[in-house]
Amino acid sequence: MKKIKNPENLEALRQTILSRRDPSIQVARVCCTTGCRAGGALNIIDSFEQELADRDLKDKIEVKKTGCRGFCENGPIIAIESKDVFYNKVRPKDVPDIITETLVHGKPVKRLLYTDLESKKKIRSEKDIPFFRKQVLNVFSKMGKIDPTKIDDYIAEGGYSALVKALTSMTPEEIIETIEASGLRGRGGGGFPAGRKWRSCREAPGIVKYVIANGDEGDPGAFMDRSLMEGDPHSIIEGMIIGGYAIGANQGFIYVRDEYPIAVEHLTLAIDQARSYGFLGKNIMSTGFDLDIEINRGAGAFVCGESTALMNSLEGKVGEPRAKYIHTVKSGLWERPSNLNNVETWANVPLIIDQGAERYAETGTRTSKGTKIFSLVGKVRNTGLVEVPMGITLREIIYDIGGGIRKDKQFKAVQTGGPSGGCIPLSKLDMRMDYDSLYEVGSMMGSGGLIVMDENSCMVDVAKYFIGFLMHESCGKCVPCREGLRQMHEILSNICEGRGEDNDIALLEELSHFMIEASLCALGGSAPNPVLSTIRYFRDEYRAHIFDKKCRAGVCRNLFEYYIDEELCNGCTVCRKKCPELAVSGAKKALHVIDPDKCIGCGICYSLCMQEAVRVR
Amino acid sequence: MVTLTIDGQHVRVEEGTPILEVARKLGLHIPTLCYHPALKPHGACRLCMVEVNKNKWSKLVTSCNYPAEEGLEVSTSSDRVKRIRRVLMELFLARCPNVPVIQQLAERKGIRTSRLKKIDDQRCILCGLCVRTCEEMVGVSAISFTNRGTDREVNTPFGIASDVCIGCGACTYICPTTCIEMICNSDDAGGQSLHMGELALEACPYNHACDTCEMEQHFVEDMKSAVQQLRKTS
Repeated sequence: MKKIKNPENLEALRQTILSRRDPSIQVARVCCTTGCRAGGALNIIDSFEQELADRDLKDKIEVKKTGCRGFCENGPIIAIESKDVFYNKVRPKDVPDIITETLVHGKPVKRLLYTDLESKKKIRSEKDIPFFRKQVLNVFSKMGKIDPTKIDDYIAEGGYSALVKALTSMTPEEIIETIEASGLRGRGGGGFPAGRKWRSCREAPGIVKYVIANGDEGDPGAFMDRSLMEGDPHSIIEGMIIGGYAIGANQGFIYVRDEYPIAVEHLTLAIDQARSYGFLGKNIMSTGFDLDIEINRGAGAFVCGESTALMNSLEGKVGEPRAKYIHTVKSGLWERPSNLNNVETWANVPLIIDQGAERYAETGTRTSKGTKIFSLVGKVRNTGLVEVPMGITLREIIYDIGGGIRKDKQFKAVQTGGPSGGCIPLSKLDMRMDYDSLYEVGSMMGSGGLIVMDENSCMVDVAKYFIGFLMHESCGKCVPCREGLRQMHEILSNICEGRGEDNDIALLEELSHFMIEASLCALGGSAPNPVLSTIRYFRDEYRAHIFDKKCRAGVCRNLFEYYIDEELCNGCTVCRKKCPELAVSGAKKALHVIDPDKCIGCGICYSLCMQEAVRVR
Repeated sequence: MVTLTIDGQHVRVEEGTPILEVARKLGLHIPTLCYHPALKPHGACRLCMVEVNKNKWSKLVTSCNYPAEEGLEVSTSSDRVKRIRRVLMELFLARCPNVPVIQQLAERKGIRTSRLKKIDDQRCILCGLCVRTCEEMVGVSAISFTNRGTDREVNTPFGIASDVCIGCGACTYICPTTCIEMICNSDDAGGQSLHMGELALEACPYNHACDTCEMEQHFVEDMKSAVQQLRKTS
């Protein structure tokens, strides 16, 4: 294959790719990343192939396997841009209708369109769906459009132009200045200015240097990195090549967890394809710069997302952190200067080089520039991945994009930044989402997870869950993290089971501050966040558990009982029939009663009662 | 060479020397559990934490691996440091209430009771001295840390008798809580095996003499002199 050496070569290639496309061919884009595949997207592809072959339409209709559009809950998703239709929850049996109605006759198949949550009207176009309306797609701009296994698709959309520009018309110094001026901060957790990190690594003494992409996403409920690696792997690779050139590294590594097989497959293909066009390998674009990238599969330890643990793991050692008193940009992988960035950070780099730092920095707040991909999950009506400008309010994300809380329940809190982030309460809903505001309220950006909780979530139980997760995922090397988390989990379990003691809150706070100061790495240093933030905003709930022995959310089984409201019960008998312990009594159309001695607090009656007559006390 | 101050004493040392070593040369006592002068610092027990001040910031660092730098002001027993050590000892007492080393150290710090619940009765404090000795001094890595978080323990690969252990006993020697035991099997050609709870280390019964063995014969002799060196340095 012809190697690309300059902007003219790339433009010529792009024109060739575009000229090969027949504009009369209709394209149906089927999302084929993890979420939609689990929903049967590959069967849909098979149905299409079969149907198109049977009807002899193969030269008129093309089916493209694309990356994720973020609306995973409503998958499998098919977009047909030429007809401006967006289908969700498609099944293989719907394929004949899609071909006949839409692709041949240009009419939408109504039952497959998205139904608006408020008006219950069908929405035809993707851009009119509230979930997408407030999003600003920069990093995700090519997602859902291109086939991630084809480099030509990426190039047709303008891919690799930033690399060509950087290597042919910019010095490494100019690239670093541009990244610094853009205000790009690390998207993986800490939010450290990327440009400053690059500069430190470039200036660190040493001939052998490394660039590394962190794709070891481990936060419960977060999947934006997976989606990016699966759906647009070239954007990460392009960013890494630019970074390698700027820093002076000749070897790159992508650390990706093995639980992401599609990401591994697509990245592997992308690296091979980039090599074939001469974007990777020796003497890239005749500049004398060499870089190759290797993929390293991680075994799925949460702690391996921590920079030094990741480097230990890359070296073939046990994935546990080491002291960072000498920064990894000076002494990292194999004690060489190493620049580690999250995959989303790398994917931002081509955008910055392409459009310039000034243009990039127009989006966002004073200290947080650009967009951020959040993974919106939990008790919201629309869940999925959303890319929004930094500085958007939590309310806009949860209510405008997320469509509000399910079943019209009351919003209670949102956990941001993964298990070591914090819980943000109702009173902070209008806060702006940027690195510094999140830190001020006791949470963090983390990788961008947003777990929304409603009135049925007990905040003590939530803290116990996250501390339990971290206790198992801590590497166990340093005493504060290993034993501190164990003690905190013990105390929280006792509180949830009704054995809370008077000074438990104070002890939790003391242990938290101790862990922040004394832990070896950021996992232990940020692990107390869920405890501190829930105590800060929901102290009353802790007190109710400890002193009144009450869990008003109805989660901690020893601390509440269900009862039936006399006014609301219409005697429909559903609760009585479904109770596994036969704890409910009452005749048809008469008031029902729960025997607290028999009730095991399973909550079946609570979830089934249409009258909402089953209450917690 | 750089100049730094430890507890008010000025000292000139090679840049990068661990603060703990500098402090010990000055006769200052900093408690440790996972530190050994012959092994690479581990930074896990956190007892050696000191407060360092430079320019206008101050932070707590582990002195066993924090490198000496110009103008650093170190406090080995500030209130902040004492508070951290106190909670650490309470955590150790909750994990290993019956280990003499822990009890003595706690008593020296004036801690008789822990406010935390005794949730375990382990003998192993996970200091990693045995693991590092086996790796760095003996060079066989017959034992390592296994599992994560609160399940972390020292064990052989896959928890079965190690086929690389040479039965030197360096791990039993270095262990501060005597939780690795060496048992001599007189009827066995290799002669001895080690036991630590579930962990059993056995010397090769053929004394590494088979054709397939990767272990070179002079290796056992090298290891013995390494153990002797270890004894000297401590």
